Amino acid sequence: MNLLRTTVALSALLVAGAALAQDGAITVWADATRQPAVEAFIAAHPEVPVNLVLDDGSSGTFQTKISLADQAGEGWPDVAFSTQNNDAAWAARETNGVQPFAQVLNEGFLDEEFLAGFTPGALDPVTVDGKVYGLRNDLAPVLFWYNKTLLDSFGYAAPTTWEEYQALSDKLAADHPGYFLGAIGDAFPGPYVYYWSGQAPVFQVEGETFKSDTAAPNSVKVSAMIDHMVANKTLTLDSLFGASFVASADKLVAIPGAAWYAGALFQNPGGVNAKAGEWVAAPPLKWADGDAVTGNVGGGVWYASSHTENPEAVKTFLKFVTSDPSVAGTGGLPAYQAAADAWLDAQAASGFYAGDFKAAINTAASTVWSGWGYPNFSPETAWAKVITPGLVAGKTMAEMSAEWQQEMKNEAQVVGYTVE
Amino acid sequence: MGAAFVSLYTLFLLAFGVLPALYAIYLAFTTKGAFVGFDNFAKVFKDYRFWPAVEHVGIFLIVWLVMLVLFVVLLALLVHSIGIRWLSNSTRFIYYIPGALAGASSVMLWLFVLDPTVSPVAFMLKAFGFESLVSVVQVDRLPFVLAVIAFWTGAGGWIVVMYGALNNIPKEVLEAAKVDGAGPIRTAWSIQIPLMRKWIAYMVIMSFAGGTQLFVEPRVLSQASRGVVGQDYSLNQLAFLYAFKQSDFNGSAAISLMLLVVALALSVYFVFKGGLFERA
Repeated sequence: MNLLRTTVALSALLVAGAALAQDGAITVWADATRQPAVEAFIAAHPEVPVNLVLDDGSSGTFQTKISLADQAGEGWPDVAFSTQNNDAAWAARETNGVQPFAQVLNEGFLDEEFLAGFTPGALDPVTVDGKVYGLRNDLAPVLFWYNKTLLDSFGYAAPTTWEEYQALSDKLAADHPGYFLGAIGDAFPGPYVYYWSGQAPVFQVEGETFKSDTAAPNSVKVSAMIDHMVANKTLTLDSLFGASFVASADKLVAIPGAAWYAGALFQNPGGVNAKAGEWVAAPPLKWADGDAVTGNVGGGVWYASSHTENPEAVKTFLKFVTSDPSVAGTGGLPAYQAAADAWLDAQAASGFYAGDFKAAINTAASTVWSGWGYPNFSPETAWAKVITPGLVAGKTMAEMSAEWQQEMKNEAQVVGYTVE
Repeated sequence: MGAAFVSLYTLFLLAFGVLPALYAIYLAFTTKGAFVGFDNFAKVFKDYRFWPAVEHVGIFLIVWLVMLVLFVVLLALLVHSIGIRWLSNSTRFIYYIPGALAGASSVMLWLFVLDPTVSPVAFMLKAFGFESLVSVVQVDRLPFVLAVIAFWTGAGGWIVVMYGALNNIPKEVLEAAKVDGAGPIRTAWSIQIPLMRKWIAYMVIMSFAGGTQLFVEPRVLSQASRGVVGQDYSLNQLAFLYAFKQSDFNGSAAISLMLLVVALALSVYFVFKGGLFERA
């Protein structure tokens, strides 16, 4: 109930972080998932002392702590990690007269040869006006996952387009009720997996202008598909990580979703807990008459501080953590191409996934639709506020899309975007 | 000697109460150090999230305070009327236990109770037609959910306080009432409750000040409900967003100041209405 208490606790953290600093040491803010990578760096580079400050890695925490440091005029980390990829929208800007937190990484800070090693398009979310403000930790393109064993036993072909995906839902609903093709109880699959992959212009940024059009042809098509599949019960309203999804996970036939579903969902005993050879990672679905593009669900980012006094140590750290094959990607698909190749080869060699895992991921990673924006807010907030409770109450996307659009525009306005 | 006792408290009050409040007043009326009058307030009033937040907090306060006054007084009277000593003692102790949990941890506990997929009382939730946590925490019933959580956490302590107040009522007065033929209900209504007036006013003031600062409960619910409970649900959350999402400490201070003024005004009303500063 007490904002003051939270603020005091956060300030105490900042002070503690600053007090630990020693000469030549760099302070790194990261979450527990990133901890092994930081420890690997410490082992590999004993000449660079590192103070690791663990937090939850969320964009909110990151921005809150930087705001406090800006206000105090001290206490910035040298390197910070965020699990979201839209923080450049604020970290690249001056706030209340304090220089932008994020260091510009191209234009001489890191060599161009190293930066060119990232998968094409990987640095787009953190690039503003040609300046690169962060390094992607991992990529999270949307692919199409299906259970080959189940599809074969039902005698269905795997869909390759959204139209076929919807047609499959009708067949399943009629012949095998209870089996399903996805879940949209969380706030992220709706916007990223369906609208972004469906090339719907609902979340766009041009300069300082935010645009959202839920009435555009592709938006309407995605909405209609979701409504259709919620109605025939092949899209459930469960959370992907909730108890009821896990309980029915053996009836999941196929699901469009991010590359990180591999570890987080399929090879997770608390998730789908798939058997080796059952699941296929296929190239992303597309509209029959549309472009071969896909969406993206997150993928963390490393930022260097513009306030750092140890730029050389920061460079060494950033290069190691994003490109060293032993840690790059921190469990997901590395954004650095050479590390990604090594990771994909290792995954393919394990033979867990049937089909051409490497080709599917590579196709998806290089075709993320560029018509999606990375403003200083997430489409998930509006989705959670308007759509999640609406779907539970039985409303359709068609009924709610105007309200969803308005909510996103309102959010854009309060954080300073011009809205069309 | 007295000064020595209060000095430490005064020091902390100045450092963490008075000075930040003065800083907030400064921030609320300035932008980038320049005096701007009520501009920050005007900006906040025009924010599309402000009035819904006012409504959320307002409804929550009404539901919660009414519930608190009714049930705390009722339960205190009941406990006080229990003649068996050990039963009375253990009842008060049991009432008090939830109060020992800090705000966030009690919300965590309620998350399990309120989620039909894991709740020990899932049958009750399902009887009301709730199939998922999302349907339980829909915005229109959230004030009631939050009020129940806050009551559960805070009522125990107040029951103990009221019990103490009831013990202060001289036995002779109660016996006189009995001789005059007053039953337990008449005694409670005409003797005990009027004599508890100050304590009730005190409880309302303290609870009101705490309630307007609603923050942790909706914040934790927001995380747990995957965002269905907005991050801008309460006024304090909105102030938080202003400061740390929009880097607008001035707007944030303006919201805090409004909360302070409203809480202060209502406290003054209850202080005089409840006769809190009158000598008995």
